[in-house]
Amino acid sequence: MPEITQEIRDKYETVIGLEVHAQLKTKSKIFCNSATEFGQEHNSQVCPVCLGYPGVLPVLNKKVLEYAILTGLALNCEIARHSKFDRKQYFYPDLPKNYQISQYDMPVCKNGHIYINGKKIRINRAHLEEDAGKLVHAGATGLAGSTYSLVDYNRTGVPLLEIVSEPEISSPEEARIYMEELRNIVRYLGVCDGNLEEGSLRCDANVSIRPLGQIELGTKAEIKNMNSFKALQRAIEYEVERQIELVEHGERVVQETRLWKEDEGITISMRSKEEAHDYRYFPEPDLVPMEISAEWVHRIRETMPELPAEKRQRYISELGLSEYDADILVNSMEMAFFFDSVIELKTNVKTAVNWLMGDITAYLKENKTTIDKTELTPESLAEMLNLIDKGIISNAIAKKIVIQVLENGGNVEEMVEKQGLSVISDESSIKDTIKKILESNPEQVERYKSGKPQLFGFFVGQVMKETGGRANPETVNRLLKEELAPC
Amino acid sequence: MPATKLCFHTVKDLRKALLNREISAVELVDASYKRIEEVEDNVQAFISLTKDLAYKTAKEVDERIKINADIPPLAGIPIAVKDVICTKGYTTTGGSKILENFVPPYNATVAKKLEENMIPIIGKANLDEFAMGSSNENSAFSIAKNPWNFKMVPGGSSGGSAVAVSSGETVISLGTDTGGSIRLPASFCGVVGMKPTYGRVSRFGLMAYASSLDQIGPFGRCVEDVALTLQAISGYDNMDSTSINIPVPDYSATLHHDIKGLRIGVISEMLGEGTNPEVKEAILNSIKIYENLGAKIEEISIPHNQYAIATYYIIAMAEASANLARYDGVKYGHRSKDAKNIMDMYMNSRAEGFGDEVKRRIMLGTYTLSSGYYDAYYKKAQQVRALIKKDFDKAWEKVDLLISPTCPTTAFEIGSKISDPLSMYLMDIGTITANLAGIPGISLPCGFDSANLPIGIQLTGPVLSEEIMLRAAYNFEQSTDFHKANPAI
Repeated sequence: MPEITQEIRDKYETVIGLEVHAQLKTKSKIFCNSATEFGQEHNSQVCPVCLGYPGVLPVLNKKVLEYAILTGLALNCEIARHSKFDRKQYFYPDLPKNYQISQYDMPVCKNGHIYINGKKIRINRAHLEEDAGKLVHAGATGLAGSTYSLVDYNRTGVPLLEIVSEPEISSPEEARIYMEELRNIVRYLGVCDGNLEEGSLRCDANVSIRPLGQIELGTKAEIKNMNSFKALQRAIEYEVERQIELVEHGERVVQETRLWKEDEGITISMRSKEEAHDYRYFPEPDLVPMEISAEWVHRIRETMPELPAEKRQRYISELGLSEYDADILVNSMEMAFFFDSVIELKTNVKTAVNWLMGDITAYLKENKTTIDKTELTPESLAEMLNLIDKGIISNAIAKKIVIQVLENGGNVEEMVEKQGLSVISDESSIKDTIKKILESNPEQVERYKSGKPQLFGFFVGQVMKETGGRANPETVNRLLKEELAPC
Repeated sequence: MPATKLCFHTVKDLRKALLNREISAVELVDASYKRIEEVEDNVQAFISLTKDLAYKTAKEVDERIKINADIPPLAGIPIAVKDVICTKGYTTTGGSKILENFVPPYNATVAKKLEENMIPIIGKANLDEFAMGSSNENSAFSIAKNPWNFKMVPGGSSGGSAVAVSSGETVISLGTDTGGSIRLPASFCGVVGMKPTYGRVSRFGLMAYASSLDQIGPFGRCVEDVALTLQAISGYDNMDSTSINIPVPDYSATLHHDIKGLRIGVISEMLGEGTNPEVKEAILNSIKIYENLGAKIEEISIPHNQYAIATYYIIAMAEASANLARYDGVKYGHRSKDAKNIMDMYMNSRAEGFGDEVKRRIMLGTYTLSSGYYDAYYKKAQQVRALIKKDFDKAWEKVDLLISPTCPTTAFEIGSKISDPLSMYLMDIGTITANLAGIPGISLPCGFDSANLPIGIQLTGPVLSEEIMLRAAYNFEQSTDFHKANPAI
């Protein structure tokens, strides 16, 4: 694709709306008792109801509705007093009844909003529906060349909350941030794993462009199949460029569904508007309309945990964290929860942040894990930070201890005692070491004294090395200066 | 009475005989199967027989009688079950080729209740394919015949269930009623058939035709047998969200109470043009009988009755088009052999598996739900449905029950209406309003026409008025002899 210059790009405005599907992590499916666990043996979590056998009937899992209401409240939505399910009809082998029980004109939640970087993005609605199964193409390694397909119905009937934004997102980056914030919210609520790779959180993007200043929306394309935040941003970036390119060449954007091809970094046409399904929605007669009492909504609201935006605000205004630090902590839910627990143990906030964002994050990245899956507990970190604060262990020692605890756990105080890791503050012992170092490095001493003060660090390093990092740095500095002072 | 005609006895008599050990439950099941051997070739009431199941249940009953243990009220009484109700481990076809070999791995809730009540299921009764039809001619397997005249239809869609009882193959049976599918064949075959209030009997395991209208109900040769059977299958079921969670009264306990002062309305629209004069006469006669029993008769108008057929067929077909979408050859049932791709597989499997009437209803339902037509058809039909409900609610301010002919005619000849769907649909004019309003209705014998074909009278009442309705029916039955007549086969 030929390059579009920034100058051309600037003539257009991008309009994006996202449809996000969040799998609600209830133990059983939305309309039957089958389990919902991911990654189980094919067709091991099914029953006549989710398989669409003749005569079976759906019964709503009340927990699903509760999760939807909780999420709706977190998204600042109005919660419907009366709501209902509808049948959305289309034939596909992964849809056993050949209709999906969904919600058409009376969603559980509507008219909400969230803020991203201070900008309000309105949410049109959030409605409940059942997930479909998965096709497994066989006879070849991929779809291409496969000679037949099998269906895995484990996912069929897993509850989904579809969260539909207004077309108010104005850049691919903003789309990614919006999606990340939604992920934070559903994860903080505990209603969804938010795993894009496993598909427990999925996203379709409606993308259009229009010349700056034009009020009416341009023709949109719906982009599907983006399995990571990076893919979401890249796919929309590509799509915007494609549409500008079309319009710049006097062509028109066609209303269609397009598929993001991750490997090639492009979107391709999947089906046009003409080929779009007529879903023939009508109210689901097998389920009774839902009556949602204000009292129930109130009770659910009382269980609302601290939301990501609130936590971010608290970190900044109450704990004095930088916006950057607050953002990073909040975007990693496990880290934020861990941080909160550490803070509760009355540790120094600044030190705690530094350790979490520094050595601990580095370790987690290297080992591709999250803090809750390590052996480190808030108590042990707090203990270590206290030992540092009290001058009992040095930073250098702590760096070693923290790795040990991340990997094997254990009581920090005991470890310090058993392994003899506490700081040496005994002046005569440090003085002896210094003398030893100076004696064995006469050349450096000579050079230092003849006007190379930068060698001071070398001596400190040698002393620390000799003491296994345990010597109290302040004492070392003071005594070294004394020893090296011109007689 | 000869041994093969044991099933002509009432439940009460048979129970007495069982408890007195004059017969055993196994002998009763034997009698049922012997009677089937005698008449089945002529009447075609069954799609399959479930002998293992029947004898297993009967033996259990005999064991219990032997040790003087209590047995449920209908223990050992042979029953036929419409083949649209799933029976675990026994083929359930829905009367369709597409499910010819389908064996459900689960029981419908009513089948479970029959098992708990130790009621031996003799076999799966013939029906119009997926309960779509008024004559039983849409069965994919065979046409059930009217025991009063084999040239005549038994009515549908629960034709086999009505025939099994009418011809003495079983004592009682279960059918389903979406627009009159229990009451119409009951009327044509001269037996009692009842459609309970929507939600009174669980629909779990009933292959859905029109979910908001379908209801399972009993057939019997007398009102008391129907009351006992309804008792056994009614009640709340947490597997059916539309099930009513209100206790079931003891229906047979108050049957014999009188009905003095009961207010009965006559639906004026149902005795006008289009109603066969002989039928009309029988109904007027019945009204007199009710007057003699002390009921107060009043004429009542259901003004929106005239839109009932159109309303019913829009709603029923729309729901049916979605309900039958699952029969696609992917998971179970018939799969076409020659398909080269998924679209062919869908189309060929369904083209080969479904009969004409089912296809017609799927197409009509698909059409009325299509984008741009929804408001004009489905939505409007739901609005009219609400008006019909209102008509009835108004009627209940003045009367306790309504009376009308079950059907404007008696049984018609096989083949005479099959190519004219509209005239076939009109057979439901008297019955479908009860389904649209969700109210109960019962049909009971009230006379014979000049060709000696049974005429049925229908009572309808407010939601959950089964108790008073059964009592009114019982009082009528006890003062007439129509229910005592048997077809001469």
